[in-house]
Amino acid sequence: MPVRDTTTLAESATRYNFHMPENYAFTAEPGLTENVVCEMSAMKDEPKWMLDFRLSALRIYERKPMQPWGADLSDLDFDSIRYYIRPQDRQGKTWEDIPSEIKTTFDRLGIPQAEQKFLAGVGAQYESEVVYHSLHEKLRAQGVVFLDMDGGVREYPDLVREYFGKIIPPTDNKFAALNSAVWSGGSFVYVPKGVHVDLPLQAYFRINAQNVGQFERTLIIADEGSFVHYVEGCTAVSYSTDALHSAVVEIMVKKGARVRYTTVQNWSKNVYNLVTKRAHAYEEATMEWVDGNLGSKVTMKYPSVYLLGEGARGEVLSLAFAGNGQHQDAGGKMVHIAPHTSSLIVSKSVSQDAGRTSYRGLLRVLPKAHHVKSHVQCDALLLDEASRSDTYPTMKIENRDSSVGHEATVSKIGDEQMFYLQSRGLDETTAKALIVNGFIEPIVKEIPMEYATELNRLIQMNMEGSVG
Amino acid sequence: MLTIYNLHAKIEGRDILQGVNLVVPPGEIHAIMGPNGSGKSTLAHVLFGHPSYQVTDGTITFNGTDVQKMKPDARARLGMFLAFQRPVEVPGITAAHLLRAASQAKGDTPTSLKEFEDGLDAAFDRLHLDRAFATRSFNEGFSGGERKKMEVLAAVTLAPRLLVLDELDSGLDIDALRTVAEEVKRFVEEDASRSVLLITHYNRILKYLTPDVVHIFQSGVIERSGGAELAEHIEEHGYASA
Repeated sequence: MPVRDTTTLAESATRYNFHMPENYAFTAEPGLTENVVCEMSAMKDEPKWMLDFRLSALRIYERKPMQPWGADLSDLDFDSIRYYIRPQDRQGKTWEDIPSEIKTTFDRLGIPQAEQKFLAGVGAQYESEVVYHSLHEKLRAQGVVFLDMDGGVREYPDLVREYFGKIIPPTDNKFAALNSAVWSGGSFVYVPKGVHVDLPLQAYFRINAQNVGQFERTLIIADEGSFVHYVEGCTAVSYSTDALHSAVVEIMVKKGARVRYTTVQNWSKNVYNLVTKRAHAYEEATMEWVDGNLGSKVTMKYPSVYLLGEGARGEVLSLAFAGNGQHQDAGGKMVHIAPHTSSLIVSKSVSQDAGRTSYRGLLRVLPKAHHVKSHVQCDALLLDEASRSDTYPTMKIENRDSSVGHEATVSKIGDEQMFYLQSRGLDETTAKALIVNGFIEPIVKEIPMEYATELNRLIQMNMEGSVG
Repeated sequence: MLTIYNLHAKIEGRDILQGVNLVVPPGEIHAIMGPNGSGKSTLAHVLFGHPSYQVTDGTITFNGTDVQKMKPDARARLGMFLAFQRPVEVPGITAAHLLRAASQAKGDTPTSLKEFEDGLDAAFDRLHLDRAFATRSFNEGFSGGERKKMEVLAAVTLAPRLLVLDELDSGLDIDALRTVAEEVKRFVEEDASRSVLLITHYNRILKYLTPDVVHIFQSGVIERSGGAELAEHIEEHGYASA
């Protein structure tokens, strides 16, 4: 693990919470109506099939009851949300192309710098639209496609139509229906057969205005034998009123391909983050979700893998940190449909200062899936008495010829461990942060160094905010 | 350097230390010997401000500073170091990471990571510990002896002015005992102002690390002090004779 660098924490604390003037091309009135949906679709100049898809999803959304389980969403006022905000009319190909206040935002978030150093491509979404997009020329030449989802609909209509809404149909859950009705932005990725994208592709999501609803929609298709690592980061300006981020991410991992999807979620503490993520993994394919949730008021997110082909493998590494006023309801789902498939879910959660974490998971082995191997490990660490952690694991094993393991632990920071570290000269906060860093290390080590360093710093920052 | 005067302390209502007086001057090695349950490990914990113990009377000063109200980390930053009898694990954190953090917390003159790692490597070699331990999860899966060596390694890396060794010899075989004793000796001889307080039940470590003064600790007080020969007397005749 890298030794923490010298960026001061005060510097980090103001790093994400800055607001820029809103000189937007279009801002929808608060509330969701058919009119909003038609208007945004028209502005995007969409084909009729997409407008029809949206409108049918809207009807599903209106009919579908709120799910009876999970985090408390009763404070979320859907009528105050602005469902579509178009910051500008065209997308930038260079950072100079985009309005200066938006460029300044991404400069301050370090995106262009990261792009130069270690990324193969970048998409930057601001409110409802992707304002900047890039991809290495070499990858473009190899046939790799990395566009915003709207661009995908325009330029690859057949491919999009084949898969869009097929892995997560609007009927899946209320928020998938909502996203399907008002989706905007997100990424469309296609990696051709046998192509390995060595550096990560990154998407960055930023909410700047108040009462924004951000509904990014991502579709990744990894063709046979290919590999791609997609990384997403998210931050928002902090307000006293709520914002809603409700994404849908669909991933198709074809025979022998491997996709890794890493999230470093650091929304401000007024954001409801209600996301549906699912992958279909075919023969000998590997799907890995690395899901870090630090921010938001409420997160409900359970990345899942449907193991549809023999020898497919799925992994969810989930990390959650909840402080005061936060509820991280996170986990993962594995559905074994084909034989000889394997899966692993590792969840590590940390709660402090009356924060709440929940592990919610599903492991399902269907009757025809013989010789399945699966292991679920969930560990919770509580930093004080006021904090809370629960686990809601569901297992449905319908094939006896499978090997399934489940372990769960809840621990508290021990007095002896604290005394030991303090006697080495570390103050209480640093000692606690060290223990927390160690606890989450099995997950952090899977995250690219640049993000791992950031993640550790964020955690330290959150902890300093709490320990007087 | 370390001055303890009339120290009384209790835990969960039980009086353990009942008026300890002790002075450890710079450059000296002192041994505190006592039977099990005499309160000598309590003394080590109280010296470093363990929150479970309450000091009810007396003073502890270190280089003229009253440390009694200080938190353990503040005492450490003054140059006090406790090598634990039972060192804890810190899963997921490497020894290198922990020691670098501790060294930075102490405000040591910043060295480059390379210099720091070279220093660690050399200490690992002197203690006959595999260098790979530096990058493994701290103490996780380490044997008792390996943990004790890590304590000494931490001590010499952080270079305190007072080194308190609590039952260093437990869990060490004879070769390992000689190795750690030699390392402590080297450390003390390197700087004439460093001192050591050895807390031990047996005198076997004292054969490798000759104390300037031996204190016999019984029932929460120092009953008797003398030279190195006192330890031999105890070895032959037991604590009851002291």
